[in-house]
Amino acid sequence: MVTSSSQTMQRLDSQFPIKAEVRSLDFYYGQSQVLNDINLAIPDRQITALMGPSGCGKTTLLRCFNRMHDLYPNNRYRGEILLDQRHNILSPTIDPIEVRMRIGMVFQKPNPFPKSVYENVAYGLRVQGRTQRSDLDEKVEAALKSAALWHEVKDRLKEPAFNLSGGQQQRLCIARALVTNPDLVLFDEPTSALDPMSTAHIEELMRQLKAQVTILIVTHSLQQAARFSDYAAFMYLGKLVEFQKTTKLFAEPQDPLTQSYLSGSVG
Amino acid sequence: MLAAKFSDLITPQLGHQLHQRKLLNLGFMVMGLVAIMVALFTLAALIIHMAMSGWPRLSTWEFFTAFASRRPERAGILAAWVGSLLVISVTAIVAVPIGVAAGIYLEEYARKNWLSELIEINVTNLAGVPSIIYGLLALGVFVYEFKFGRSVLTAGCTLALLILPIVIVTTRESLRSIPQMIREAAYAVGATQWQVIWHHVLPYSIGGILTGTIIGLSRAIGETSSLITIGALTFIAFLPESPFQGKPPFVSWEWLNSPFTVMPIQMFNWVSRPNPEFQVNAAAAGTVLMTMTLLMNGFAIYLRYRLRQGIKW
Amino acid sequence: MALRDSTPLNPWRRSRDRQRWTERAIELLLLLAALSSIATLLGILYVLVGESLQFFQQVSLWEFITGTRWTPLFGDPKYGIWPLLSGTLTTTFVALLIAIPFGTAIAIYSSEFAPATVREILKPLLELLAGVPSVVYGYFALLVVTPLLQQVLPWLPGFNMISAGAVMGLAIIPLVSSISEDAMQAVPNTLREGSYAMGATKLQTALKVVFPSAISGIMSAYILGTSRALGETMIVTIAAGLQPTLTFNPFEQAATITAYIVQVSMGDLPHGTLQYQTIFAAGLTLVLLTLVLNIIGHLLTKRYRERY
Repeated sequence: MVTSSSQTMQRLDSQFPIKAEVRSLDFYYGQSQVLNDINLAIPDRQITALMGPSGCGKTTLLRCFNRMHDLYPNNRYRGEILLDQRHNILSPTIDPIEVRMRIGMVFQKPNPFPKSVYENVAYGLRVQGRTQRSDLDEKVEAALKSAALWHEVKDRLKEPAFNLSGGQQQRLCIARALVTNPDLVLFDEPTSALDPMSTAHIEELMRQLKAQVTILIVTHSLQQAARFSDYAAFMYLGKLVEFQKTTKLFAEPQDPLTQSYLSGSVG
Repeated sequence: MLAAKFSDLITPQLGHQLHQRKLLNLGFMVMGLVAIMVALFTLAALIIHMAMSGWPRLSTWEFFTAFASRRPERAGILAAWVGSLLVISVTAIVAVPIGVAAGIYLEEYARKNWLSELIEINVTNLAGVPSIIYGLLALGVFVYEFKFGRSVLTAGCTLALLILPIVIVTTRESLRSIPQMIREAAYAVGATQWQVIWHHVLPYSIGGILTGTIIGLSRAIGETSSLITIGALTFIAFLPESPFQGKPPFVSWEWLNSPFTVMPIQMFNWVSRPNPEFQVNAAAAGTVLMTMTLLMNGFAIYLRYRLRQGIKW
Repeated sequence: MALRDSTPLNPWRRSRDRQRWTERAIELLLLLAALSSIATLLGILYVLVGESLQFFQQVSLWEFITGTRWTPLFGDPKYGIWPLLSGTLTTTFVALLIAIPFGTAIAIYSSEFAPATVREILKPLLELLAGVPSVVYGYFALLVVTPLLQQVLPWLPGFNMISAGAVMGLAIIPLVSSISEDAMQAVPNTLREGSYAMGATKLQTALKVVFPSAISGIMSAYILGTSRALGETMIVTIAAGLQPTLTFNPFEQAATITAYIVQVSMGDLPHGTLQYQTIFAAGLTLVLLTLVLNIIGHLLTKRYRERY
């Protein structure tokens, strides 16, 4: 139904299969249109960064991917997000819960539940009704290892998660998102509440994670996007201005808006 | 059975499990609604039942203009509703100035020290003290120490103490909702602290204070136990002397010292009699009392709703 | 007058001085008003402790605390508080059995499930429920609920603790639900989103994340509900009976502490007699019970406020 009208898609010389594809996506909050005809193809097992000045709609776009907007009234989508070229996850016939079981999310501020370290990670499995202890143990350990947290917490699994440091809490939230083996993990400015050391730690972690999972990250830090993303999209006033390989976008931005943003005169 | 509906986005096993989770979710939602309906419908049914039982008496005008009587069909609530009005007036006159003043002090003046901390904890605690204990306080202090007797004055002061925490807490809440920038704007043109409060903070928060006061007074109008404790008579076949006199000095304070009865005590008196005809009177009095409190509460809720609509800081 | 002022640089000094004094006086008046709450508490303690001290000069504290008969108005008076305590505790227990499940379910529904419009309607309705005078609830218990129950349980006495307690529970639902709801509303939305993002349903989020996060506030709702039930007077006076009876069976009649105080107050006991003092000793017991609960509840509320 939707033809890929956007040139951005054609320009993307992807050697990677497409994990998720956004097609002519509009998003409305009440009467006001927040996203305007977004077209974007997210390559499999790569890090794709969404950047742009605050209010440009990058977080709104991110939250479309796991239908977070369905939690609040007066939100409306138009368009499609195709997962694996097959399922339109914005389709009203698909329950948002199904989507969230396959697409994980890590939030701006670490938001561990008031439970033990172990229970925080096991939450996603418990929610799915899995109770077999050995199964849980194994998956929790694997997730904590993927999140590079296992060695720090393996003796404190029963402790409340609030006892961990901020950076550890955020890695715990990453482990929580990884435990169900999601196809795609959404990161909403995951390091904005952290100190530089923890930030470096988490960036390193994401670089390792892309071997096993596709990552879509919102960041307001240009340097961060330049440091570790493979692809980068620049958004402005609800529109996707430019989408490129990160190296290319930073080296030779095509759009004048992108140029001025990168040079610091916009945003 | 509802068929499990899910897309092929997730495995059939997870889909089945999700279906069960959603059924549970729906189940709880229905349960919550049922809980609310049970509570509200029970109350509504009880009120309607009471109003219908009391209707034979309510429909006669004499019920409102007659004194209590040994004969149920002649008994009325004249002394009770007049008493309620007088007592509530005293309560309002005592509780509102003190409560608002205390609220202003705690919110605008008090520094963070042990005294303000103590007062604060104390107000919270007083709000939780059973009302009958206020009755014992009034019996010991107002009746026997101050020798106010078992009078309108004693009753009004007792209820004033009872609702003081409500007035203080709501005053503080409405003061707190006034943004700091309003105060700073007034200070910036050279106003003193009291001028800031009197000219700006209080007028802007008067609606919230009024709401809290009305809720407090509606509590007072239904309050029974503490007034029984101070020995309010239940059989009163006269009215207190009118506060307004035909000859100079035109105002009389004699009513303050008068014995009294109030609506809830009159109702209690009729409920506890075995004679079913008195229970009809009780239902009628209860309906009048309910109407009074519902109107007051309803007005307060409406007022608060209007205020929230009106002001956008 | 102003002409005589010798400081032309500041012609307003005098009015400034007067203003300063007015400010001071006003602050003092406001402080006095605030201190009235302390005076009230001191008054309560003075009256209760004063009269109770006189009471305990004639009745041993031991008899009061351990005695199983309460017959101060009889020829052979006994002063054991337990019969009154058992009535108080039993009616409170029945009330909580109603108020806690209903109050909690309503709070969870209204905080986590209800759309904003429903919540806007629900809140004032529950406030109206809370505003019904307790003497009216007493009427319901005695003249509506008890006759209804007697149709199922023909042996149920006309005065009984079960209907008094149940109606008291109905009366306390709004208190429990509104404080619990406030506690759940104070749970930050990021926690809810964290749970939804893992594919949890509303119910799972409510029960596994929101409820445990708000637990101290919810406990304080239960505690304040308990203390309200302990001090409730008119419902139990009207419907639970006036005979002090050492029983925990809710299907029997029994007097509560509050009912006893009302009963004695309705008579005309002379000031200063031992019988007169009994109501203050009973009242002191009640205050101690509720005060301890209120303080615990207050501390819990404070704790959940600080957490987030």
